Amino acid sequence: MIAQQLLNGLITGSVYALFALGFTLVFGTHKILNLAHGSVFMSGAFAAYFAVLNGLPLWFAMVLAMLCGGLVCYVIELAAFRPLRSRGQIEFAALIASIGANLMISSLAQRISNTKVLRFPFGTFPVQFYTVMGVRISLLQIVIVCVVAILLAGLLFYMYRTSFGRQVRAVSGNERAARLLGVSPNVVFFQTFFISGALAGMAGVLIGLSFNSIHFLMGEPYLLRAFVVVVLGGLGSITGAVVAGLLLGVIQTLTVAYLPTGLSDAIIFSLLFIILLVRPSGLFGSAITATAARRQ
Amino acid sequence: MLAIRDLRAAYDGIEALRGVSLEVQAGAMVALVGANGAGKSTLLNCLSGIVPAAAGSVVFEGEDITRVSAHKIARRGLLHVPEGRQILVDLSVEENLRLGALAARQRARRETMDTVLALFPILKDKLRQQAGALSGGQQQMLAIGRALMGEPRMLLLDEPSLGLAPLVTDQVFAALRTLNAGGLTILLVEQNARRAFLSTSWAYLLDQGTIAKDGPSAALAQDAEVIARYLGHLAAGEG
Repeated sequence: MIAQQLLNGLITGSVYALFALGFTLVFGTHKILNLAHGSVFMSGAFAAYFAVLNGLPLWFAMVLAMLCGGLVCYVIELAAFRPLRSRGQIEFAALIASIGANLMISSLAQRISNTKVLRFPFGTFPVQFYTVMGVRISLLQIVIVCVVAILLAGLLFYMYRTSFGRQVRAVSGNERAARLLGVSPNVVFFQTFFISGALAGMAGVLIGLSFNSIHFLMGEPYLLRAFVVVVLGGLGSITGAVVAGLLLGVIQTLTVAYLPTGLSDAIIFSLLFIILLVRPSGLFGSAITATAARRQ
Repeated sequence: MLAIRDLRAAYDGIEALRGVSLEVQAGAMVALVGANGAGKSTLLNCLSGIVPAAAGSVVFEGEDITRVSAHKIARRGLLHVPEGRQILVDLSVEENLRLGALAARQRARRETMDTVLALFPILKDKLRQQAGALSGGQQQMLAIGRALMGEPRMLLLDEPSLGLAPLVTDQVFAALRTLNAGGLTILLVEQNARRAFLSTSWAYLLDQGTIAKDGPSAALAQDAEVIARYLGHLAAGEG
């Protein structure tokens, strides 16, 4: 029983991690807390839903969801953040602008869906279960784990093995020095926001499939959890986001399974509070605080 | 190679450059000397596109680059080694160098990395280390090496001796002279005026945002006013 709960928790957590990765990527690189990340996630789920409804295969709908999430996220950057950047003081202004962008996108989605919960047509994903050593695992769960693992590996490869990733990390470390070396900031902005959105879009499809429920506010609870994941893992840390995402998934599943319902969020946020008391920069933090310290 | 006409720029709301004009010939090594707050760093930042110019013009190799953005200026071959080195501490030494090659693009050559490592052999043993773990002198060498990876036509150097031990400073300046002898044009900002005069052929004196004086470095080093204001006790201490 506990093994089953652990497995379920890890799978839920892997989606949290996927969602939080994009959030932490944008924060780590550009110091922007993009509170519209939840609506990017939702728009990915919407894109996949309409693709499937129009008879496209699910794998293609997933690719479309990533493209759609990436584009929406980049449009947010163009429309909400770029105009602020030229005036300085981007961090705080961007936070407010992202709340506005979030409202606009979810209102649009509300109109499109008539405030209804959308459901994938029956049979979009085969309901199939396997039992391995007494633990039940569905085909969907296997797909989720594989998709998250592939995307994570891709992200790590991109960040640490390619010239583009090097440029992103350079901007994250010292934007001015990066520009002096010939790094074009706009190219980096396009990449980080697009990737951030694409990851969120895919997370949207996976969650939409898991609960077979897609609605215009579906991103909100995930945004709050992404916040926990990112703060817990250390702002801007990829490893931190993955570990904290999995941890959050496991804790949440276990508390729901063994403790009175409703206590789950209380426990998660108290845990966050306690960990921050002990490690103010998160489990894998220090990237940001160290950067801040160096600048002085 | 580089011609600046009546350049004006504000930094943090203060008018730091109040009509600077200077010229650097191709192949020359020119010093820019001045007290703290004279506007030396602002001038370099303005040349490399980090600080916008309010008025005046900067012409690099016959093309006006006054309003060109920083990364495009770097890609044209005018590379700026900023004050405080500004290496990317979380990246490895090799990654820092590879990043530098970005500015070169079509000028990029495979053997540049070897040339840089031959100039600063100490970096060769530390390629895999985090750049933040290097000593100050090594970081300065990395900062210069990284700029060299961009196949510069001209190098802007801001206080390369800052915070370095005299012996290390000697090494850095020896490398700069080697580069200059190889044909690289260099504009050197230096607080240590004596050292700057010793290693350059021409020098400009920046005072409160304007060029107060210029001439052959050897002549300026003998100038009574310059000695009184910029060499003073430093002259007695070093040599």
